[in-house]
Amino acid sequence: MSEPIISARGLDKRYGDFHAVQGIDFDVPRGRCFGFLGPNGAGKTTTLRMLLGLTPMSGGSLSVFGLPMPAEARRVRARTGVVPQADNLDPDFTVAENLAIYASYFGIPRAEVAPRIERLLAFAALTERADARTDSLSGGMQRRLTIARALINDPELVVLDEPTTGLDPQARHVIWSRLSDLRDRGTTLILTTHYMEEAERLCDELVIMDHGRILDQGSPRALIDRHVEPDVIEVRGEASRHLIALAEGVGCRVEQMSTSSYCYTREPGALLEKLRNEHGLTFLHRPAGLEDVFLKLTGRELRD
Amino acid sequence: MTNWRLPTVRRGALAVWRRNLLVWRKLVGPAIVMNFGEPALYLLGLGFGLGHFVGEMSGMPYLAFLASGIIASSAMTTATFEGMYSVFTRMVPQRTYEAILASPLEIDDILAGEMLWCGTKAAMSGIAILIVAALLGVVDGWQSLWAIPVVFLVGLTFAGPAMIMSALARNYDFFSYYFVLVITPMFIVCGVFYPIDTLPEIVQGFVYLLPLTHAVELARPLVAGGELARPVTNVVVLVGYAAVSYYIAVVLVRRRLMV
Ligand SMILES: Nc1ncnc2c1ncn2[C@@H]1O[C@H](COP(=O)(O)OP(=O)(O)O)[C@@H](O)[C@H]1O
Ligand SMILES: [Mg+2]
Repeated sequence: MSEPIISARGLDKRYGDFHAVQGIDFDVPRGRCFGFLGPNGAGKTTTLRMLLGLTPMSGGSLSVFGLPMPAEARRVRARTGVVPQADNLDPDFTVAENLAIYASYFGIPRAEVAPRIERLLAFAALTERADARTDSLSGGMQRRLTIARALINDPELVVLDEPTTGLDPQARHVIWSRLSDLRDRGTTLILTTHYMEEAERLCDELVIMDHGRILDQGSPRALIDRHVEPDVIEVRGEASRHLIALAEGVGCRVEQMSTSSYCYTREPGALLEKLRNEHGLTFLHRPAGLEDVFLKLTGRELRD
Repeated sequence: MTNWRLPTVRRGALAVWRRNLLVWRKLVGPAIVMNFGEPALYLLGLGFGLGHFVGEMSGMPYLAFLASGIIASSAMTTATFEGMYSVFTRMVPQRTYEAILASPLEIDDILAGEMLWCGTKAAMSGIAILIVAALLGVVDGWQSLWAIPVVFLVGLTFAGPAMIMSALARNYDFFSYYFVLVITPMFIVCGVFYPIDTLPEIVQGFVYLLPLTHAVELARPLVAGGELARPVTNVVVLVGYAAVSYYIAVVLVRRRLMV
């Protein structure tokens, strides 16, 4: 396999006494989508900020494009696109002007800027809104503009911090399709998310992070196979205690979270049989997914 | 944790300067009214009103004395406003700097661009005052155009301290202290309205440490005519304040944003 585009060893970050990123190792392969999946406070944003040289590292070594960080941060950022966790479009400018101004920060020659803006507006489906003020855009449009802005320098690597948090499902799907297009063109994507569906759809490889550590790493499929049984039977609400009773002796691993119970199993037949005989009990039988891995690894207590 | 590295200024600073210029251009109408309106009000109101009683000051008509002082103090207030309210807005609520920092630019470049912009705005206000003063017949010849680069420099001098205030501020209210405790006293004691040598001697010594004093000392003869008293000292003081305060502002903004 070719050289990784990013290589981190013992990457570490402390904010005073607080140990936000605790010596993590990872390699990001070129041309793939690499995800950081983790609950709030896991250290995802902090890790991305270190990749870009936007926060000093407290320890470890890091190279991006084979360049040592943070020494070469400016050269790295010249070749990278960034979509921050919260949009920070320039409210003093229109949609098209936002792209033009951003191009000027990269020193892109003026003659090249106009065609790029046209192409990016089309990519983001914002051509009609080129002259609109950014605060008149919907959340989804602002996000698309932020993504278009991140592409102004034709980056080899695009870093996206929770690209679809807070968007409605339609807007989310549009963004997913744009990101797939980008990856298909060979751009390396790094994204953080706490949406399992997003990670499963987009990421070729991901790390699950919590409390500043990497808990495991692999393709979504490999993670699922490694950590959970292939079948899940879920019972919600009052009836969930029935599942616990019924699941006994049929080869199930039972988990509980708030008002639901889950049975993870390789042989669902026996339990399904029992459940069908219980009158009026609703249950859900589904294949195991990333969410089950995530909950298993990061625990089930509530985060805020 | 504090990063004391000396700033490096690169061409990228001009992109930040240009961003501000483009925003300004959108609101150029009100901006020009402000540029002309305020000094015209001072000169007409104070210059004529007070001038009627004062007559001459330091051997020149009071209106000329006042106009040549206001041009310096107006550079101070213009740059201070820009370096505090506008810089803070872009740094904190608007998070424009966060967006810029994802490009190859660094805090060094951003603050250098902001400072150049403060100087530019100070120069624009200076040009407006020169025009008003010329129309009132109190400008002494073409050499007064030298006042334009001078007020640009004065803008840089006051931009730095204002940006330090922005780097330290939690909210906009904080800036009132700086105005009340620093800017307004300078406006009053640094020779804008009356010559410094009328102040008690110990006070004079202190007043000579203040940058506005040097700004006025430089601008007055250029605008109203007369000999420059100590131009080299004046320029060195103004440049010194600009350079040191720029450095401190860069260190403080790094501490605030690069966490
Ligand atoms: N500037 C900061 N100062 C102190 N603590 C911080 C700072 N930024 C983040 N943290 C803490 O570091 C931890 C990781 O934060 P972050 O990287 O933003 O997590 P995530 O993006 O995974 O939600 C959190 O507990 C957060 O409160
Ligand atoms: Mg985050």
